[in-house]
Amino acid sequence: MIVAERKPIEEIIDYVKDKQTILVAGCNECVTVCEAGGKKEVGVLASALRMYFMNQGKDVKIDEVTLERQCDHEYLEEIRNVIDKYDAVVSIACGVGVQFMAEKYFSTPVYPGVNTCFMGVTEERGVWSERCQGCGQCILGRTAGICPISRCAKRLLNGPCGGSSKGKCEISKDVPCAWQLIIDRLKELGRLDDYEILAPIKDWSTDRAGGPRTVVREDVRL
Amino acid sequence: MATLKTPSKLEKILAAGHLAVTSECGPPRGSDPEAITRKAEMIKDHVDAINITDNQTSVTRLCSLASCIHIKLMGLEPILQMVVRDRNRIALQSDILGAASFDIFNMLCLSGDHQSFGDCPAGQNVFDIDSMQLLQTVRRMRDEGKFLGGDEIKRPPRMFVGAAANPFADPFEIRVPRLAKKVAAGAEFIQTQCIYNLDKFEKWMQGVRDRGLHEKVHILAGLTPMKSAGMAKYMKNRVPGMDVPDEVIKRMSGVPKEQQPQEGLDICVEAIQRLKEVEGVHGFHIMAIEWEDKVPELVERGGLYPRPQVD
Ligand code: SF4
Ligand code: SF4
Repeated sequence: MIVAERKPIEEIIDYVKDKQTILVAGCNECVTVCEAGGKKEVGVLASALRMYFMNQGKDVKIDEVTLERQCDHEYLEEIRNVIDKYDAVVSIACGVGVQFMAEKYFSTPVYPGVNTCFMGVTEERGVWSERCQGCGQCILGRTAGICPISRCAKRLLNGPCGGSSKGKCEISKDVPCAWQLIIDRLKELGRLDDYEILAPIKDWSTDRAGGPRTVVREDVRL
Repeated sequence: MATLKTPSKLEKILAAGHLAVTSECGPPRGSDPEAITRKAEMIKDHVDAINITDNQTSVTRLCSLASCIHIKLMGLEPILQMVVRDRNRIALQSDILGAASFDIFNMLCLSGDHQSFGDCPAGQNVFDIDSMQLLQTVRRMRDEGKFLGGDEIKRPPRMFVGAAANPFADPFEIRVPRLAKKVAAGAEFIQTQCIYNLDKFEKWMQGVRDRGLHEKVHILAGLTPMKSAGMAKYMKNRVPGMDVPDEVIKRMSGVPKEQQPQEGLDICVEAIQRLKEVEGVHGFHIMAIEWEDKVPELVERGGLYPRPQVD
């Protein structure tokens, strides 16, 4: 899933401090799972904003909505009838949701309420960590199912570097060395010899370097 | 010496079977070239070639290429260090050509420390290719006369190509295979991480010999003399991938403060003497971080002086 974390309330207040009517819009998907932008967080953020404006002696109307997804036309359409009532939307979906909302409701200011961080997993309740950078050319088949592009601080394809120490990355004792993980698993799979296959120079054109990417599936298009 | 691939003096010395001696100079954090030429002056008669570090520990410094040119203009032999952290494949190839245009004949391919250690921790890093792929890139440019994209190079670079090896990083079991991989990628010489744990280094060399790698690549043992017990402790605890055994710390701490620099030099000389006997060690790389004036003493006491003349 896409992992996000809440923005500081001060930053959000700064965006909307001059508005009269505000819609706080959450999303029921990834940001709900990582407890940054679901229905519960919509309630918390809306209350915090109400409190702020009350303390300022301002009468600002703040409504709440949580869409099934903000990255789909279908669900974003659900607010078409009401969107014109608002001076601004604070979307606490990921950056994708914020942008799609802004695209669709071109004349309504839409502000981000979370910092979108990465694609990752729930390691345990309250701990999420990165697993993929969407490079568009997956090499997990060669790296024992562990991604050095997202998990090695240097994106090394033939690691580990000389800074790997006691299973940890040179950048921090709290970060596992991706290449230690790869080697441990290659060993477990009885494939340690594969380590010596030189990884080809990566084609980054399917990554961010190639410009915005689009996936088109003719067979499922309407 | 018909098998020489480049005009590199370092290559000639190694090919002739001499123990090579290299040392390094860190460029200054400013544009005064004297900081480089002064250090080079101190060591020039005692080493065969001088590495110039490339923004080491991710701290912004005078660039390695320009520093190498200063060394070259002094009539000395530079080794251009190049990290893949800061440049994409276009910039790397372009800098290789730039160096070749000044007849710089040696290059060391590195990944580089992560930028979080340096003066620009908030900066973007590149890591477009890794150090092994940089080795492949230079070898392709030199041996096939081709850019990575396949186009032909007019006057290809003629560089003796090296890489670093850290026998002390983890996991240990991958350290020999990793060297094999660097050799397969095209490394012709290896400069190791500084060695304090000699037993572990010898164990690594045993693994290297078991696979015959010592016959395919020249290994220069890396050494850094310690100035104080404090420095030894810092290296043990704070520098990633560094292995400083407790007995070394004990030995450094066991002498009064003012004698500690001498003790550090003695430890280094003893290491040279012991490592000279290790089959497959073809030379020494002395990284005397801001202590270049001691390099002549180390080389002389290590029995590595005078330096052989080639050509
Ligand atoms: S290789 Fe690319 S697609 Fe596969 S997990 Fe890593 S970043 Fe994601
Ligand atoms: S220590 Fe491991 S994870 Fe960290 S940069 Fe080096 S190889 Fe990558």
